[in-house]
Amino acid sequence: MQDNFSPNAPADKQVENNPLRPPRRSIWWQAFWDKTGSYISVALGSMVGAVARFLVSVLSVSEFGDRFPWGTLFVNVTGSLVIGFYAALTGPDGRVFVSPRQRLFVMVGFCGGYTTFSAFSLETLRLVQSGNIQTALAYIFVSIMTWLISVWAGHALGARVNRL
Amino acid sequence: MDTIDGVIWVALGSVLGGTARFWLSGLVARRVGETFPWGTVVVNVSGAFLLGILAASAATHGIFADLRPWQFAAIGILGTYTTVSSFSLQTLALARDGEMMRAAGNIVLSLSLCLLAVAAGFAAGLHAFG
Repeated sequence: MQDNFSPNAPADKQVENNPLRPPRRSIWWQAFWDKTGSYISVALGSMVGAVARFLVSVLSVSEFGDRFPWGTLFVNVTGSLVIGFYAALTGPDGRVFVSPRQRLFVMVGFCGGYTTFSAFSLETLRLVQSGNIQTALAYIFVSIMTWLISVWAGHALGARVNRL
Repeated sequence: MDTIDGVIWVALGSVLGGTARFWLSGLVARRVGETFPWGTVVVNVSGAFLLGILAASAATHGIFADLRPWQFAAIGILGTYTTVSSFSLQTLALARDGEMMRAAGNIVLSLSLCLLAVAAGFAAGLHAFG
């Protein structure tokens, strides 16, 4: 069902089985290096995504105040849009070819770090604790609807670009 | 200047949170299979529980009431550790595969467990720090 999210994609298997090109490095070292590269991609993408999320929330609080978590809603909606678009564009049927590490950087790193489920949960709890039950319910309902519409719209847009 | 300091703390925390999510969600997916996105569920629920504990510490004037520890651990580590984008994409993938019950299950399970977890973490934190 899911794309190449798995940390240990067997990229070194082909080299290993090819009799014409003996591996220059030993297999454990290659596996280690492969895994390390994936983690570095995720870490760098996460850093960019998290800093973007932080700046959006600083801006959102200074512009709109902290009565409603507009910043978190914005990052989760736009992050869902981006991951849907990118997944369609670079997937098996996509017209853009990228390496597994680029996919990890964007999808698991950037989009994963940019969006946040924990802040959404805590903000809902805080709305409930401050007695704003209706706002809390509205936040939950609006969030889930807009996240899913965004990922769907992003995916549809990517699929459309693929057909161009 | 204050925002730039915050960016550094968030960036440091995000490296830990992002790699932890990648490691744990991959581990869970390999152990239980990928017919249902348990990896993302486990990450989001555990992250919500931990954030509840940090929020209780902040509410009782503990260490996380200070700005820098909060930015590092809550916004940096746990904010990055949990994810909405994978949840959305995996729900869409289930729906596109015609697995409507699983897609609906993922939505209901993720929302209810994360909200319960953050409340439970907050209560546990108050009990521990209060």
